[in-house]
Amino acid sequence: MRFRFPLAALIAIAAVGLPACGGDDDGGGTSSPPDRGRMLLATTTSTRDSGLLDELLPRFERQSGCSVKTLAVGSGEAMELGERRDADVLLVHSPEDEEAFMAEGHGASRKAVMHNDFVLLGPPDDPARIRQAADAPDALTRISEQEEPFASRGDDSGTHSKELSLWEAADVEPSGSWYFETGQGMGETLTIADQRQAYTLSDRGTFLATENLDSELLVEGGEDLLNPYHVIAVAGDEVNRECARAFSTWITSPGTQRAIGRFGVAEYGEPLFVPDAEG
Amino acid sequence: MDAIHEVLGRSALVSLTATAIALLLGVPLGTWLALSRLRGRRLMATFVNTGMAVPTVVIGLIVALFLWRSGPLGELELIYTLRGMIIAQILIATPLIAGITMAGLQALPPDLADQLRALGAGRAQLIVRLWLEARVPLLAAAMAGFGHAISEVGAATIVGGNIHGQTQVMTTSIVEQVGRGEFGEALIYAGVLLALAFTINALLTSVQQRAASWARS
Repeated sequence: MRFRFPLAALIAIAAVGLPACGGDDDGGGTSSPPDRGRMLLATTTSTRDSGLLDELLPRFERQSGCSVKTLAVGSGEAMELGERRDADVLLVHSPEDEEAFMAEGHGASRKAVMHNDFVLLGPPDDPARIRQAADAPDALTRISEQEEPFASRGDDSGTHSKELSLWEAADVEPSGSWYFETGQGMGETLTIADQRQAYTLSDRGTFLATENLDSELLVEGGEDLLNPYHVIAVAGDEVNRECARAFSTWITSPGTQRAIGRFGVAEYGEPLFVPDAEG
Repeated sequence: MDAIHEVLGRSALVSLTATAIALLLGVPLGTWLALSRLRGRRLMATFVNTGMAVPTVVIGLIVALFLWRSGPLGELELIYTLRGMIIAQILIATPLIAGITMAGLQALPPDLADQLRALGAGRAQLIVRLWLEARVPLLAAAMAGFGHAISEVGAATIVGGNIHGQTQVMTTSIVEQVGRGEFGEALIYAGVLLALAFTINALLTSVQQRAASWARS
């Protein structure tokens, strides 16, 4: 059923509109797919700030005929939007919340897409000496003992919940004037931390993509700092299910996965995301 | 997350301080623009009118460029502080106050200044007398400056940083709350800002009515 309609459309276009679709083709596709309407993708500020979506989404739009509107918000709001059926598909990184979201029946499907990792950043002179830390929780313990400034997102985002789970692992209740919350996205928080010579936790992609920072990468690696992204097609009648399903299939397809693995290599010398989809 | 009264208090503190300083700058400027016959007056009035129209986020960006650690005033450490926000809001409110002051004084009966001079009023007496005559427009200028300052979000975000417990104000809090999908607190602040906007516009309307009645008489 899903394949017959494009075929019919292809024949119709070949007959009527061939000259109209020259020019901006994507190599492989020879025709414009049918218009499948608008799809709202709720994703995290980290994916937007890294520039990955700007690179990937135009290809999806050309191939699928879905016109994508992206809303870059915290994972918390992304899932709120899904619960309200205001978003059709989510690309988020907050595994525990995602599992709850699926358990409550808000999602039709959830698939692993990719992961990147978090890094701890701070002023180059590293007053809390976290470069010597054994792992991320140890680094946070050092920061809290020295009461060195730490900038938290404080916005219920995936990065924020990761930060909180790291404090928990360190067995520290962060509070006091050294610990402050920006309530803003990753890019803004990086700038604020940099200006205040504070430590902060960021995903690697946004850190690499944010310019004019003096802050240096101080702690990286380790299981603690992994950041997995999943794509969730939202369930429900109000949702553009066709596009949501197409997107979730497309972003886990081998071609797109290869593109994800290549993204950022030219600019930063290393990939920003590691593809995770099986098959 | 800050308690609501803290955010309200901080918003009021920043914007009232900024408005007070902006009044000290804007009222004399507006008075000069209304009374002076010197060259340059026109150009200055154009600047003031432009200042009234500049998006606050642009003012925020310019102030931040100065206050960032790499900027010329970076050593003062004013970025992400209440004092930095006050500076930005002064720049936002002053053109508005100057503009309304100018319009208010120009709306006075044109021969009033001449009559006062004929009665032997000195320069200072003249100005004080005119301010008293234009007290409602001046109050409106203050209210409009305050209203503009407290309701803007662009400069408050860039210069203040929305840091919880330190520089978060009503507008930046609304943006953040909505970003988290929580509308309750955002609606409270929205209600406060709406009430302020209504009060201020009621006042501005009464000024317009008064100006109109002068024009008729």
